Amino acid sequence: MLIKKSDDIKSSEITDKKLYLSRREFLGASSLSLGALVAGMAAPGLLLSSHEAEASTAIKLGNLRKSPLSTSETLTPYKDVTTYNNFYEFGTDKYSPAQLAGTLNPRPWTIAVEGEVKHKKTYDIDALIKLAPLEERIYRLRCVEGWSMVIPWVGFSLSELIKQVEPNGNAKFVEFISLQDPKQMPGQRSSVLDWPYVEGLRIDEAMNPLAILAVGLYGEVLPNQNGAPIRLVAPWKYGFKNAKSIVKIRFSSTPTASSWMKANPNEYGYFANVNPTVDHPRWSQAKERRIGEFLKRETLMFNGYSDQVAHMYKGMDLRKFF
Amino acid sequence: MKYFSQLKAALFITSLIPIARLGWYGYTSQLGANPIEFITRSLGTWTLVFLLITLSVTPLRKLSGWSWLIKLRRMSGLFAFFYATLHFITYIWLDQFFDLGSIYKDIFKRPFITIGFAAFILLIPLAVTSTNAMMKKLGGKNWHMLHRLIYPIAIFAVLHYWWLVKKDITQPLIYAAVLAALLGYRLWIGKFNKKLASSV
Repeated sequence: MLIKKSDDIKSSEITDKKLYLSRREFLGASSLSLGALVAGMAAPGLLLSSHEAEASTAIKLGNLRKSPLSTSETLTPYKDVTTYNNFYEFGTDKYSPAQLAGTLNPRPWTIAVEGEVKHKKTYDIDALIKLAPLEERIYRLRCVEGWSMVIPWVGFSLSELIKQVEPNGNAKFVEFISLQDPKQMPGQRSSVLDWPYVEGLRIDEAMNPLAILAVGLYGEVLPNQNGAPIRLVAPWKYGFKNAKSIVKIRFSSTPTASSWMKANPNEYGYFANVNPTVDHPRWSQAKERRIGEFLKRETLMFNGYSDQVAHMYKGMDLRKFF
Repeated sequence: MKYFSQLKAALFITSLIPIARLGWYGYTSQLGANPIEFITRSLGTWTLVFLLITLSVTPLRKLSGWSWLIKLRRMSGLFAFFYATLHFITYIWLDQFFDLGSIYKDIFKRPFITIGFAAFILLIPLAVTSTNAMMKKLGGKNWHMLHRLIYPIAIFAVLHYWWLVKKDITQPLIYAAVLAALLGYRLWIGKFNKKLASSV
């Protein structure tokens, strides 16, 4: 009887580990091109169905402070908040992020604070979360596309971080830069936007008590598709201002063009304040559909946060500074 | 063709799948977070698909030599009208909820809606004159002239989609490419025929 020895496999026949590990990329690439052919006619609305939210395995964030800035409106269901997302780093279809964001690895994670500040510093995400007590902030979110949600975010005031790093006199603007890593964010293989995703606020906007850095929602750690591990939420602005998966916060003396401004300067401005009287060049902004509701509702000036933010734009022509 | 009526019946049933699917998704709550958007988009894309299928009948017939294909063209065109009508009703009813003021503004101020609306209006005379009786009444020549409207309609429909997307134009580009091929084929054949005619 012949018993084969283990060294029957010549070392030359053993697939190189690196190659072996990249086999999925190859398969992915070839099935992508094949898929593109097959999918030729299959527009998102044709064959794709929306997908069930995966069972929540997220970690609870304990002991959250309530905030007087929260709204008492009906919350948008968890499933909708976590499956209907605009996160182009994971595809331009709204159901893609929930399906594809598994490749994002939110730990370990660091956030570098640089530019015109006294204390330039790189924070570990777990240290940053402890910077201030976590609060629940129930905010309206109005997307530039004309839909809205009510989301119970968990986070802390952006101003807490700003106070700690002490901006100098030159710091007039704050820039938020998202992760750029096509391995973790497959949507970045397409040049649909100028990566990394960049957004910005004027320093007084960033100091506004409404502006928060969110690390969770519904009392749980932020799901990847919602911008884990940390994202901006400025509820009086259109949703795209809220940079997700932030790796860098830079203070500067001049404003930087955001990714959407670069993509289409006539359609997306630096401020992007919710404003029912200034239409998107291609569609009206007068109304919105609250997810879960049938009839559209009127869009409110500054998304209903006029009392908190209108003073920052006094004397400005909001038609010009849209 | 031997089993033509069976084939036609099968295609008729197949063409109803998109609407049946929407019904099923609605019944089993699979329309997602924004059902009205889902329904509108789905009906719109199927309208485009049926327009392109209708336009591919002639090239396919010429390339394959299967003359019976022409007998399927009317059905496919009427399905395009069927899905366009549902798409339009969805917009008027579910999306705008008969808010005539904002519908009026949309049609005149939003180019993507203007052009989509124009495409729909132009489809109506084609649907109305699709019967044999109307064909006879108009006479072959006039009927053919009128039905050339399908070309601008298809172009408008693709533009309607193109101008609507925020940034990623991959999908509208695919439809535009298919349409360009279908229209390009006609131009090419036209030139070829002219050459042939002048050589005799």
